[in-house]
Amino acid sequence: MNYSVMRGLVACVLLVWTLWACPGCRRSGGAVRVVGSTSVQPFAEMLAEEFHRRNPGLRAEVLGLGSTAGLQAARDGTADIGTCSRELSAKEEPDFLPPIVIARDGLALIVHHTNNIDNLTIQQVRDLFTGKTRNWKELGGPDAPVRLITREEGSGTREAFVKLIMGKDHIATNALTYESNGAVRELVNNDPCAIGYMSLGMVKDANVKPLKINGVEPSAQAVRDGTYRLSRPFLFVMKHEPSAAAKAFIDFVMSPAGQTMLQEEGLTVIGSSQAASRPSVGEAGK
Amino acid sequence: MTTRGLTTATNAVGPKGSFLRRMIRQERHISAMLLIVALFAILALAMITGFILYSGLPIMWKVGPLNFISSSDWYPTEGKFGIWPMIVGSLAVTGGALVFGSVLGLGCAIVLTQFCPKSIVTILKPAIELLAGIPSVVFGFIGVIILVPFIRDHLGGPGLSVLASSLVLGVMMLPTVTSISVDALQAVPRNYREGSIALGATQWQTTTMVTIKAARSGIIAALILGMGRAVGETMAVIMVAGNSLQVPHSILDAVRTLTSNIALEMSYAQGEHRQALFAMGVVLFVMIMILNTIAMVFSRRRAKAGAS
Repeated sequence: MNYSVMRGLVACVLLVWTLWACPGCRRSGGAVRVVGSTSVQPFAEMLAEEFHRRNPGLRAEVLGLGSTAGLQAARDGTADIGTCSRELSAKEEPDFLPPIVIARDGLALIVHHTNNIDNLTIQQVRDLFTGKTRNWKELGGPDAPVRLITREEGSGTREAFVKLIMGKDHIATNALTYESNGAVRELVNNDPCAIGYMSLGMVKDANVKPLKINGVEPSAQAVRDGTYRLSRPFLFVMKHEPSAAAKAFIDFVMSPAGQTMLQEEGLTVIGSSQAASRPSVGEAGK
Repeated sequence: MTTRGLTTATNAVGPKGSFLRRMIRQERHISAMLLIVALFAILALAMITGFILYSGLPIMWKVGPLNFISSSDWYPTEGKFGIWPMIVGSLAVTGGALVFGSVLGLGCAIVLTQFCPKSIVTILKPAIELLAGIPSVVFGFIGVIILVPFIRDHLGGPGLSVLASSLVLGVMMLPTVTSISVDALQAVPRNYREGSIALGATQWQTTTMVTIKAARSGIIAALILGMGRAVGETMAVIMVAGNSLQVPHSILDAVRTLTSNIALEMSYAQGEHRQALFAMGVVLFVMIMILNTIAMVFSRRRAKAGAS
């Protein structure tokens, strides 16, 4: 094959590739990017599907990277809406518009379904996670070492756990660290000695056993009543005023239809007056 | 014929030597283009190195380089940056991978070149090369589904451990080590082997005492390349290592490597935390350079000793 034919061929390939790749450079028209907490992710995906069904021209894309990653994405503009499964810290608040609370979720402590421990106090959970209690038999369980499963530092679920249970104490350094609620659930599901924490809303489909805390069975009703004290808000966070499509999505989520969907999936919605007047949830030590 | 020789020939041929002149010009253009492309590669490497140093050194200086490397407290939200557990983790996992990868890889190479009949080689060699094409996530996935429960049930510990990571990385290293070792072993001149056998040595004695020694520098190059893959591997390690912040005390303990830490935290890190992740990149750079230098010095010294 001679030189100029080859040159022509290469030029053609480059041209075709550039033309084909270019449309991908434009922002996908109309898709609202919702990035953040892995706890919020399954609910946001469900809402996004229903949103698309009702508004065929509009779409919402959901990504689960962790709460702090979601805030980061909202801050630097890669996401239209950042989702978060914890309160914003004092340092973070000035960066954003006031967050919208779409629901409240319980924080469940989970163990393998063969673990005969049913009920723990907050102090016992803290002792487990600081590494003070090393063997399940100290709590009346089987003679097996305790294996802790925790989330990465940017996780809203972890922040909520630390704020509600650990307080100033550090989680033991031998805790296994994973990046999503799903991963924690899988690990606890496969390891009879494991204990971890995850979003209550995601527990019902899994084969893991949520523990009672201070005698209270975790459930959406208990979160609503305030008897189950471990709960945290699901937030939608934005840096700028939302675009028309994003506003439409938020309006759908906060509408009675959206809120009913969340309630049916096990979250506590703000519409119910009891939840609205709830002060900050039970802190470590209680 | 050099380009200058051609030019002289062109002038000698007369004004109608334009075809030759065009060819010479094309050749100069092509070599200039290729030089620019090569310079781009070096430029890219220089820019990456410069960027990582620029982003990572300030925080290392602020925390103190010795404190950064030797402290075991990694609490970025509190401003504590100590990466010792991750350094030990990287070294442990790479060391283990080297043990498994070199034994298996070198073993494969020896069997393929010295002991296998040709018919089996035609099946085995492509199969091993196919192993190189499998994405690392798949190895991690198989590790999680099969290897981790096996270690947990039969050897103890959480299953997610240094052992699991080393095994997975060793298998990932295997095709690299094997193919380069095969080339090195096949490059040994036939008369070395024939001479040895003529002197009465068995095939195994010939292999260990003559062939491997002659191919030593190539085999070490294979191990260096394999080790490079093992140190940089992130995805598979995150899936099977457990990612705990402790310094591992046994191969059954969970561990976090430098690469896993960067991957786990980079999506949400900002400010000093992000700089600290770049500083971990700097440490990785330095570690890899040290390991490579040791290996190269070792191979050069042995090659000299072998030649003398």
